[in-house]
Amino acid sequence: MGALLLLAIGSMAEDAPDFNREVRPILATHCFTCHGPDANTRKAKLRLDEREAALEILAPGKLVDSELIHRILSEDPDEVMPPPSLKKPLSAAQKSVLKRWVAAGAPYAGHWAFAQPQRSEPPKVKQADWARTPIDRFILARLEQEELQPAPEANRERLLCRLSLDLTGLPPTPTEVETFLKDQSPNAYEKAVDRLLASPRYGEHMAVPWLDYSRYADSNGYQTDGSRQQWPWRDWLIQALNANKPFDQFTIEQLAGDMLPEATLQQKVATGFNRNHRINGEGGIIAEEWRVETVIDRVETTGATWLGLTLGCARCHDHKYDPLSQREFYQFFSFFNNVPETGRLAGQSSNTKPLVNVETAEHRASVAKLETEIKQAEAAAKQAAAELPKLVKAWAPKFSEELSGKKVIWQGVDEATVTSKGGAKFERLEDGSWLPSGPNATHDTYEIRTTMTGDHFTGVLLECLPDARLPNKSLGRYSNGNFVLTRVEGEIVPANGKPVPLKFTRIESDYSQKGWDIKNVNNGQSGKGWAVDGPTRREPIKALFLAGQPVAVPNEATVVLRFVCATLNQHNLGRFRLSLTGATPAAVSLKGDSIPAAVRVALDVETPTPKQWAALEKYYRAHVANPAKAADDRVAAKRKQLADLRKKLPTVMVMEEMPAPRKAFILNRGQYDQPAEEVKAGLPAFLPALPKGAAMNRLGLARWIASADNPLTARVWVNRAWEHFFGVGLVKTTENFGVQAAFPSHPALLDWLAREFVKPSQGVQVNGQPAKAWDMKAFHKLLVMSSAYRQDAKPRTDTYAADPDNRLLSRGPRFRLGGEQLRDRALFASGLLVEQLGGPSVRPYMPVGVWNETTRYGDLRNYKNATDDGLYRRTMYTIWKRTAAPPSMLLFDAPNREVCTIQRSRTNTPLQALSLLNEVTFVEAARRLGGRMLKDGDSSMEARLTYGFLWAVSRKPTPTELAVLRDGLKEDLAYFTTNPEAAKKLLAVGESAAPDDRLAERAAFTLAANVLLNLDEFVTRE
Amino acid sequence: MNPDFNLQVQDALNRRVFLRNTTSFLGLSALAGLTQAKTSSSGLPGFPTHAAKAKRIIYLFQSGAPSQMDLFDPKPAIADRRGEDLPDSIRKGQRLTTMTSGQKKFPVAPTIFKFGRHGQSGMEFSELLPHLSKQADKLAMIRTVHTEAINHDPAITFCQTGHQLAGRPSIGSWLSYGLGSENRDLPAYIVLTSFGSGRPNDQPLYDRLWSSGFLPTRHQGVKFRNTGDAVLYLSNPPGVDTATRRRTLDRLNSLNRERLSQVGDPEIATRIAQYELAFRMQSSVPELLDVSKEPKHVLDSYGPDVHRPGSYAANCLLARRMAERDVRFVQLFHMGWDHHGGLPKAVAGQCKDTDQPTAALLNDLEQRGLLKDTLVVWGGEFGRTVYSQGNLSATNYGRDHHPRCFTMLMAGAGIRGGVTYGETDDYCYNIVRDPVGVHDLNATILDQLGIDHEKLTYKFQGRDYRLTDVHGKPVKGVLA
Repeated sequence: MGALLLLAIGSMAEDAPDFNREVRPILATHCFTCHGPDANTRKAKLRLDEREAALEILAPGKLVDSELIHRILSEDPDEVMPPPSLKKPLSAAQKSVLKRWVAAGAPYAGHWAFAQPQRSEPPKVKQADWARTPIDRFILARLEQEELQPAPEANRERLLCRLSLDLTGLPPTPTEVETFLKDQSPNAYEKAVDRLLASPRYGEHMAVPWLDYSRYADSNGYQTDGSRQQWPWRDWLIQALNANKPFDQFTIEQLAGDMLPEATLQQKVATGFNRNHRINGEGGIIAEEWRVETVIDRVETTGATWLGLTLGCARCHDHKYDPLSQREFYQFFSFFNNVPETGRLAGQSSNTKPLVNVETAEHRASVAKLETEIKQAEAAAKQAAAELPKLVKAWAPKFSEELSGKKVIWQGVDEATVTSKGGAKFERLEDGSWLPSGPNATHDTYEIRTTMTGDHFTGVLLECLPDARLPNKSLGRYSNGNFVLTRVEGEIVPANGKPVPLKFTRIESDYSQKGWDIKNVNNGQSGKGWAVDGPTRREPIKALFLAGQPVAVPNEATVVLRFVCATLNQHNLGRFRLSLTGATPAAVSLKGDSIPAAVRVALDVETPTPKQWAALEKYYRAHVANPAKAADDRVAAKRKQLADLRKKLPTVMVMEEMPAPRKAFILNRGQYDQPAEEVKAGLPAFLPALPKGAAMNRLGLARWIASADNPLTARVWVNRAWEHFFGVGLVKTTENFGVQAAFPSHPALLDWLAREFVKPSQGVQVNGQPAKAWDMKAFHKLLVMSSAYRQDAKPRTDTYAADPDNRLLSRGPRFRLGGEQLRDRALFASGLLVEQLGGPSVRPYMPVGVWNETTRYGDLRNYKNATDDGLYRRTMYTIWKRTAAPPSMLLFDAPNREVCTIQRSRTNTPLQALSLLNEVTFVEAARRLGGRMLKDGDSSMEARLTYGFLWAVSRKPTPTELAVLRDGLKEDLAYFTTNPEAAKKLLAVGESAAPDDRLAERAAFTLAANVLLNLDEFVTRE
Repeated sequence: MNPDFNLQVQDALNRRVFLRNTTSFLGLSALAGLTQAKTSSSGLPGFPTHAAKAKRIIYLFQSGAPSQMDLFDPKPAIADRRGEDLPDSIRKGQRLTTMTSGQKKFPVAPTIFKFGRHGQSGMEFSELLPHLSKQADKLAMIRTVHTEAINHDPAITFCQTGHQLAGRPSIGSWLSYGLGSENRDLPAYIVLTSFGSGRPNDQPLYDRLWSSGFLPTRHQGVKFRNTGDAVLYLSNPPGVDTATRRRTLDRLNSLNRERLSQVGDPEIATRIAQYELAFRMQSSVPELLDVSKEPKHVLDSYGPDVHRPGSYAANCLLARRMAERDVRFVQLFHMGWDHHGGLPKAVAGQCKDTDQPTAALLNDLEQRGLLKDTLVVWGGEFGRTVYSQGNLSATNYGRDHHPRCFTMLMAGAGIRGGVTYGETDDYCYNIVRDPVGVHDLNATILDQLGIDHEKLTYKFQGRDYRLTDVHGKPVKGVLA
């Protein structure tokens, strides 16, 4: 009967190959490049992706009359299709499929993934009692069709270990294993599932793939790859997963949380998803080029993450396979084009706008308190200021007398003309300093022309001041906030007569960057100069430049000074203030107030003008002890506290919508500088329209993606969930659901799951909470409760040949763990793991020079590992620099997070072996697991090894395994007893404390644990 | 790997399996695992697609962009135009980086270095390259390479992956994927890096440049590190000597074999083989890096820097040693060629780093009979502008990025020595004849390895990707 049925199906298939499964992949790969949706590359005006058009060369049911058949069978190189130049010849089997298809009438069908999923009745099966869930009936029906038996259930240790690793990324403890084995209640398994789903570890583990999708990192990417702080988004993610936020809401908040009515801070933080892209800060970039790349990155990432579509393929031309035109691509682009951003990085180690402060309630309270205190202090200052005229009147004569007694050393430069050779403009600020803006030339010279009271010039005091308008809020104009001063020169220009050049012989500063000493100024060596650690220091700095002897300054003479920055490109001075002196050089130092010329003048006249009074008052208030100054100081101190507090507030980069959208254009060849026709935001025509009432903007798009009517979103997500638990998706290409996607192994099951996710029908409850729409935890529970999931993973003689890759699920899945889980598992087994949810990224051990090997740029250099808990946190918290990502993660197939990655490969390499054998983390973990065996295991060697085995792989060793370990332990014990130095060295690995007793024993157990942490079973989830 | 090794593992496994077992199925699956382990280092079926002239490549990447008109492409016609503004008829409104697009003038800066003709071919070199110029007749000089990007990060990414943005596999990964490895003891794709003395802090490199992109990660380049273990985690932990490691590995293997017999997953057999390979690498890599037995005259030929580990010279010597061991693709990255200012001094420093070692490498390969099947490539990610960035003086100038033409050199397997290919205009600004895109260059490299660049594809996200995208044509003019 079964055989007959098979035969019938076989012959039906003989008649009409399934268009989606068999025919379209051939046409797409071999024909669509020239005869597909892209009109620009279409040859002979022929398209084969639509039946109507294809009928030109197809005679349904008649091979002889079908040009297509003649062409694919032709042996004439000028006739045959595909043409030999395409280098994609058809195989005999493919030709046969096309023949059978034409013979059967050349039926077309829409691409399965673009049609609404249909919930079909789970099929009837013979072994109905095997099926615990409808999932099992789909799986079993297929197995029965192939006359295969499902595998028996895995043993209980295996099941608990599998479940724990899959749901939380960590194995069970020996106690948890024991409790589970003892629990004879019929719902013991379900209780374990509920317990694990409620663990905060669940959110951490489930977040890992989202970090790959979202190209999340702690650095900005591109050339300098300096640091950024985006971890508040990562913490939002963990929290949303733990709180079981429904997937539609989870989606809408990440894509457009900022646009929700009355958006909460957390909803804004969620939009960090689409700000986790790289941002280019390389010198000389054209910002718009990179803004466009950023927007395209968002389109590609969003398309791949939620829709399983490769939208980016249509940036330069109509999509080759999917029915997406270039116009539709730029319509989609338009949704993400309206963020107030430039495309250029704000500073090499900072977050780039738009941002939000991520405050806690505690923060908010402190800020409010300080703000009140500032207001009070300001009021007090205002009151105190009322007394100033009286006080100044009393002080001025005394001060005048004081001054006349000794020479004022520094006179602030008051009136001056300041120009820049490179075209910078200068703004005079309140405090007498100048702030350059406008063009920042490769090399610039600032020229200052001023006059001087007094008859001599000895030198000039340069004060460099940080300013919020300078890059990195620092001192210089280069993009990192630094400057390099090369020369200071000048002359005294009499009203009539020859200028006298100034020669500066004494040059000092109160700070120099290492290797960029002030002594380099005017020393004539190329490539040298004075720099001030602009990127990191941001403090006011003083420098003085003195002539050897006072130079005479005739009446009406002009003092000309030039500050030349010509060592490094664009490293020009930022905000600066100048003071001059005519005092003898010996009397001059960096210290001492400079008294503005205006003050001296005001003191000298009999009756100061109101303006002069104001100058006096200003000086008095700032420099002489008085109640107003005391009040001002209090205000300043409070303001600094507030600023410091704000600085400590983490920011996170978020999405924001400009009031008026930017214009969007079709870009020829995808080039930013080749705009063609303007387009408005819109959706691809092959997918359903916006839900009712949704606006055609990013929020509308988010609602459209998260809509139950979107045929892709639910399918894509349930397929990834399937891949998570079963190792391979029902659709193998989890990253692509377009026309070129792999055909689902169980199409009806995929559809059923997609419907079930959106509208649960199975009465699943997680910890008593009934499943709601888009319920991720309930869906995960549904999968792990199935019999299919609980199967033993061991391949069996009777099914292996028929199902070598386990696509039919004739056994349980077995696959290598990801790099994060492997490290976590080792830390867990050794007792080193420090569990703490969220917070800034941490610095575990890394190889020497991990960040210095290939760069001398940016702040992410000179890596130093933590010496505390940061060494032992879960791996997802490890600091991630994109251009030099954590090396051991890369060895275990992690992407470098520069672009969205949906699927990791799963390789098996010698470099992985070296990492698990020798990397500090794993050796330290072995040492601690060894210590654990000695401390907590029972006293016999075997009992200790068994205890360690349980921690490592959650089961007891077999007698054979135990014998191997015990014999080895004895060997090692003998070795370390005769080589105590070796034992000492091994036990010193890692920062955690090592007891100094029983050294040989500890070392031997360390190696035993080293073996356990390298077992195939440790590396594998089975 | 020692060819016997695989067989030994196979025998050991089979013996073990047959002794313990049981069903023939498990024996089969173990065998399947080993076959898999073996194919992981061989290439794609049908590759090479045609007879290969080169077995391996040494790609000497000069990161930061060397100045073509100061080294390879003399322009006597503008020698007396120092300081004149670059004519609009030459610039043609082409885009510039924002480092110089604000300059009011674009003063022409003719090179201050002297050029001479060398070899029988009379190939032209600047005086900065006294050693390399003696190799003229081995070299093909392509003066008309061009690219799209005007900034380093996208430009170097384009050279390496055929795409300006991150995410695609690098050329070495493509080769590892297409052709596999000739030496199972060493990776198929090894990267060596050095900082230059011309501009000591430039230019950063990125993991992405040797990343496998969407190809399986076993094809990613293995960057030999200049600090700590050359290959990550190669050394045993302190206190664990080779004999002790061997003992733990034997134990591990026997436990894994036990598991294989219980579970029968072929992946376990592969893992056992990988641990053995790791163990062998612990001796093959140090042996590769140990240059103590190199004769003095060989060391001397690479210049004094050869004694400084991590220098370009030391890396050139290692490249030769890797070529001897049939490493498929060795790529050096020498940083420091980005000379926006103070170019004459900086470029001289870079030439001092690279001139002698590069020449020595060519000679050394030739003397060992390796040059005939090793393709050597020299060049950077773009060229530099004829106009000065910043001030131009009689002895000093700087040059901005210039993507429209630059020079690359090739030598060795299949290359016609002594050829100067392509022509640029009098200002070294535009190409007059025979343009060579980066895709063409990469197609040429693949072609020499016996790969039709249009056939080396990988299906990702539903699309067949290529290193050369939809472009590229081997440059026949430089081929022998």
